[in-house]
Amino acid sequence: MTTQTIERTTPRLPWGRWSIRGAALTYLAVFLVLPLIVVVVDGLGAGVESITSVVSSPIARHAIWLTIWTGLVMALINAVMGLLTAFVLVRYEFPGKTLLNAVVDLPFAIPTLVTGVMLVILYGPQAAIGSWLDQHLGWKVIFAPSGIILALLFTSFPFVVRSVQPVLINLDRSSEEAAATLGAPAWQIFWRVTLPALMPALVSGTLLSFARAIGEFGAIVVVAGNIPLRSQTAAIYVYGEIESGSQRNASAMSLVMLAIALGTMTLVDWLSRRRQEVQP
Amino acid sequence: MNWRKWLLISIVVGYMGILIIAPLGAIVFGAFREGVPAMLEALQHPHVLRSFGLTILICLVVVAIHGIFGTLVAWVLVRHQFMGKALINRLLDLPFAMSPVIVGFTLIVLFGRNGVLKPLTEAMGWQIAFALPGMIWATLFVTLPFMIRELMPVLEAFGRKQEEAAATLGASGWQTFRLVTFPALRWAFLYGLGLTCARALGEFGAVLVISGGIQGRTETATVYIFRALDDRQYAGAYSAALLLGAISLVLVLVIDVFHRRSQKSIEQRT
Repeated sequence: MTTQTIERTTPRLPWGRWSIRGAALTYLAVFLVLPLIVVVVDGLGAGVESITSVVSSPIARHAIWLTIWTGLVMALINAVMGLLTAFVLVRYEFPGKTLLNAVVDLPFAIPTLVTGVMLVILYGPQAAIGSWLDQHLGWKVIFAPSGIILALLFTSFPFVVRSVQPVLINLDRSSEEAAATLGAPAWQIFWRVTLPALMPALVSGTLLSFARAIGEFGAIVVVAGNIPLRSQTAAIYVYGEIESGSQRNASAMSLVMLAIALGTMTLVDWLSRRRQEVQP
Repeated sequence: MNWRKWLLISIVVGYMGILIIAPLGAIVFGAFREGVPAMLEALQHPHVLRSFGLTILICLVVVAIHGIFGTLVAWVLVRHQFMGKALINRLLDLPFAMSPVIVGFTLIVLFGRNGVLKPLTEAMGWQIAFALPGMIWATLFVTLPFMIRELMPVLEAFGRKQEEAAATLGASGWQTFRLVTFPALRWAFLYGLGLTCARALGEFGAVLVISGGIQGRTETATVYIFRALDDRQYAGAYSAALLLGAISLVLVLVIDVFHRRSQKSIEQRT
């Protein structure tokens, strides 16, 4: 009896541990690391000069620039409206609040392609709203940068709200109350006391939505079409080059997109770690 | 004071109404405009049925593979100590930064017409690109983190004590996992499966690239919708988009119950 217990309590056979770890790592290697290696090796394989020559062509340059500026505009609007939404959801009580809170997550639940289809139905040239905007305001949404920004705003709406909301809920309100006692007006309290406390969460949520926007495809391809020099983003450029068999162009652009997205995510990581060091 | 509250609330409600609710309404309107019979007829087209069947098949295979291996990875990352663990942990967010089109492209580089591994797969008689295996592989890439990211915090909160107690009482490793660890993970596991499935249902870019979008053969639901739009078959495209959106939405609402139970079980343990 005693010997059996001792035998059983000794650590399990090491081969069991090793095979579990081996299986887990193999799975990660095949389904996580492999694509990264392929993009980097394939992209750099042709040489750095080849990448710069592909990326400096007018069509590719336009695609990169369009991707970055629509992403930045989206991130900016998303930061303001996401902050406001989180603020309203945390600080105010009103009928329908639970429902509004649930609607925030809807964009993550809808496939991005379906989002694109929705926007085309709403703002397309045949649609009432789309043709009205075009005729009366000269504002084209579909096949234009506005449509891209709208699609990105839809797909990334939850990012900022959901990263600011928990911080705002846990925020200690004593500083705000102190400022109010000293007679500071509400907007000043928000600007000087509340916003600085929310800033880290706001910045990381905004940057994450930007990183995500760099690669967005499903929602944009339907809304923007595939018009080079006008509404072709980097992801759509890659798709077009694959379809026409120009793998070299596709792989150079993939590398650029990956660099921007990974760079942004590393920045988020760095900011959050620096914050932890400052406030232990 | 009060006017400011209501002003801010109306700005938020107005913004979300225009940005989110209006497009949702538009798709319902767009699909029903041609009438319910036209919609049902469009949905019964063999290509539509085939594409939804394929989407569900891919979803099931992906959920099964991630269910098993995702649990394994979460377990190894939380319970084992080894070199490179921190690096792996940070790499897990990679699929998030990678465009689905690029994911599809990497598989073309490997298995496409001039693919690096093409001689090997050809010798084995396997068809990966422009066929089901490639489509499953692409979906596996984009859905990888969900399961692992759901399970890891629960495993951490659950701790080792009960597992050690079970081992002391003579339970084997597998018995401990089956009878002690897994019951604690149950809700997080189901939620992870649901999230993986929801993401797999809606995957488009990666699958479009690797499948080649062969009509009625390698079309998933999303690829069909894209092609139908291009061919101006609006009844089919809108009805299929509405159906796919509705399926995803219902799935996400259902798994939210699992999510809440899982959160509750974490709170109880900490």
